[in-house]
Amino acid sequence: MTRHIRHAAAFCVLLLVALLVNAVRVQVVSAPEYDRNPANRRPDIARYQQPRGDILAGGEPVTGSRDTGQHLRYERTYRDGPLYAPVTGFASQEYGTTLLEHAADGVLSGADPLLAPLPLWHDVTGAPNPGGDVVTTILPAAQRAAYRGLGRRPGAVAAVEPATGRILALVSTPSYDPGELSGNGKAALRSWRRLNRDPGRPMLNRAVRRTYPPGSTFKVVTAAAALDAGVAGDLDAPTRSPDPYPLPGTRTRLTNGSGGCRNASLRAAFERSCNTVFARLGVDVGVRRMTATAEALGFNDGGLTVPFPVARSTFDASVDRAQLALSSIGQYNTRATPLQMAMVAAAVADRGRVRTPYLVERTTRAGGGVLSAAGARPVRQAMRPMTAARLKELMRDVVEHGTGGNAAIPGAVVGGKTGTAQHGVGNSGAPYAWFVSWAQGARDLEPRVAVAAVVEGAPADRGEITGGGLAAPVARAVMAAVLGS
Amino acid sequence: MTKAGTGITVAAADAPAPVARLPRRRGIELALIVVAVLLSVFGYCNVGLAQHGTLPPGAAGYGAGLGVLALLAHLAVRLRAPWADPLPLPIGVLLNGLGLVLIYRLDLETPGDRAAPTQLVWSTLGIALFIVIVLVLRDHRLLQRYTYVCVAAALVLLTLPILFPAVNGARIWLRVAGFSIQPGEFAKVLLAVFFAAYLAANRSALAYAGRRVWRLQLPTGRVLGPIVAVWLVSVGVLVLERDLGTSLLFFGLFVVMLYVATGRLGWIAVGLLLASLGAVAVGWLEPHVHGRVEDWLHPFASIEAGRGPNQLAQSLFAFAAGGVTGTGLGLGHSVLIGFATKSDFILATAGEELGLLGLTAIFLLYALLVERGLRAGLVLRDPFGRLLAVGLSSLVALQVFVIAGGVTGLIPLTGMAMPFLAQGGSSVVTNWAIVALLIRLGDSARRPAARS
Repeated sequence: MTRHIRHAAAFCVLLLVALLVNAVRVQVVSAPEYDRNPANRRPDIARYQQPRGDILAGGEPVTGSRDTGQHLRYERTYRDGPLYAPVTGFASQEYGTTLLEHAADGVLSGADPLLAPLPLWHDVTGAPNPGGDVVTTILPAAQRAAYRGLGRRPGAVAAVEPATGRILALVSTPSYDPGELSGNGKAALRSWRRLNRDPGRPMLNRAVRRTYPPGSTFKVVTAAAALDAGVAGDLDAPTRSPDPYPLPGTRTRLTNGSGGCRNASLRAAFERSCNTVFARLGVDVGVRRMTATAEALGFNDGGLTVPFPVARSTFDASVDRAQLALSSIGQYNTRATPLQMAMVAAAVADRGRVRTPYLVERTTRAGGGVLSAAGARPVRQAMRPMTAARLKELMRDVVEHGTGGNAAIPGAVVGGKTGTAQHGVGNSGAPYAWFVSWAQGARDLEPRVAVAAVVEGAPADRGEITGGGLAAPVARAVMAAVLGS
Repeated sequence: MTKAGTGITVAAADAPAPVARLPRRRGIELALIVVAVLLSVFGYCNVGLAQHGTLPPGAAGYGAGLGVLALLAHLAVRLRAPWADPLPLPIGVLLNGLGLVLIYRLDLETPGDRAAPTQLVWSTLGIALFIVIVLVLRDHRLLQRYTYVCVAAALVLLTLPILFPAVNGARIWLRVAGFSIQPGEFAKVLLAVFFAAYLAANRSALAYAGRRVWRLQLPTGRVLGPIVAVWLVSVGVLVLERDLGTSLLFFGLFVVMLYVATGRLGWIAVGLLLASLGAVAVGWLEPHVHGRVEDWLHPFASIEAGRGPNQLAQSLFAFAAGGVTGTGLGLGHSVLIGFATKSDFILATAGEELGLLGLTAIFLLYALLVERGLRAGLVLRDPFGRLLAVGLSSLVALQVFVIAGGVTGLIPLTGMAMPFLAQGGSSVVTNWAIVALLIRLGDSARRPAARS
């Protein structure tokens, strides 16, 4: 019997070995595959088991976290959600993340390996790193001014600091409260459906994700190209332009909204926003040089991130002369995001230099230690400094004597350019009212803010829709907020 | 080192006539019990610290309770089984203590359903039964007198639940005054005793009588009749009650004990043939079992079908999340398994929170318990004792394999309690009875009087 007991023992050893080998298979060999299974809720539980790091504007957090006591424990909350939605985006347990919440998710959620106090610390302790904070460049006063200025009208504002590229305001209306989407329950689902069905598209970030025909505001670019190329020289010399201007190679005649454009000087044409003069200038500069200037200012660049991606602003380089004439006055295929037009104004304000705009000043650990900071950015000379100086003069004239009077701020130097862009089939849509500008306080050594504001007019009052009437007051409020800060 | 070695050599040389006197090793047992209790209390504190950052309020009481119970059991062993093996009792205490910790830990996730206090009551009853068996049963051979009482009691216990309503699809529970009892658990030990006694009495006839067909020695019908009848009845009842884990366990126990008693490989062949026929038939005909086999072959099929992960998939996720070192007690999410997390799937919590290392340690504890039982079987001289030791050890080994293999996806899942760890009063009490019998057998095996 002894021998058979030993056999039974050997059988038991076999069972033990089978269990152990299988345990190694499940816990070590196949473990990564099981961990990645989409039905495994552990990554989600781990992600939401600690408060998410915050996004700060003006030194104050504009986000927070709420302990729900549920499986997915912490939910995102927003202070002034609609105001900062174009900056923060949303962080939903169900619908993912967008904008800054998405671009900086690693830091905010604590997953970024840089957050570990020591290399591989997380792997040894198994404890998650607390989420880090993201400090934005947003100036709350400017942000609020822009949001209030747009009010109930759909539109967008982008404001940057010319000397650095810091984004001071990024507003889009109509907006939404991203906090409604934070959870994973029925309420979040209802909000998600409602927001997606809303014809006003509240979740669209118009400041960076939507392009508009820039209309007359693009004449800043055309003027820069003409001055750089030597096609225009003296601001006060007549330009020998016909009115109306027959588009080259066609029978179509381009006209103007106001009179006094025939042979107008560049200064007068800029003040009165003469289409005929700038269309001809664009054709004289030629498609190659027009494109070069536009691209130096940021057009046709699909790779810009702030750190979330910005829609590509376009200037069509394969056009005939008639199309080039229209492109040069911001029509045809020319399209720009409000942020792009703010960059144009900033380049004029800062001696022709273009700086990549950015939204994140620095990221920090939960304790405050700096993880990364926005260092020196590459600078691109988009136009000669002399050209920029002349353009500044032209833009000041617009505010002081021309169509941009609504943007004037007492005691400050303000330059701007209005635009009223037609769009739709046969220009049937309500026009877009544009205003791009920069402002320099009385004691400032250089302009402190460059703004682009766009207001989508309602079809009912299309007669009243002008850049100077609708958009200039919004831009003025933003510039005043920046100068007053 | 050298000096001490020399000293021992001199002392040994001085001894006049070395008497082969085995140490009783009760001190080792006590020390190991202290370690087992401390480890359990440590685990208990660990859970509280991980979940709330404070020591759980009942830690001292829990430790004292477990310690007193273990100490009483130790005193009983000291009194009536002084030659017993020192390992089974500490292993039982440690596994029972760890089980209580795991159940307490899962209770924190299900505030409406607290199982740990009940389990503590059952553990107390189990240790009380342990003490009674050690004190009352002076010699294991006394059990031989009750061979037919045992089999009759086992059959009654197995058939009783048919009269009661089914719970979760299986008719294996008796509900009396708020307590659920699984009589099949007790029947296991009784059947092991019956098999051991019957096979010890008839093993010569089983091994040598009967006709020889090709190379297989077939036993006569007269000897085989009763045993096959008992087996058929028990398995039939279990299939009716839809408790296939226990059915598989009985069958394995039967085959192992028959093989050890007779040494006939033919039995293994016949047993395996019967088992595979039965498994195929049941797996084919019974939809409940068929589903289990499908789940085993394709654990993630329900996810691909859009119905979310089933229990086995959740169990595998839990084991995978544990990795080598585990998440730490109180920090895993095995509660996602849902139903039966504290009973059938308790091992998944151990696997997730203690990792592969902890799981291996638990398996080795069971292996050690089985090994001590088999060793007692090797040392004992009476056939009944040997077969009983083998039977009880195989019972533990098979049960651990069936349920641990089930929740880790090695074999199809069959509901069964992990000995000592899982929530379930009947199981804990039964396992303490098994440990008591192993203690008694170990004592008999090493008692000097028995050897002379």
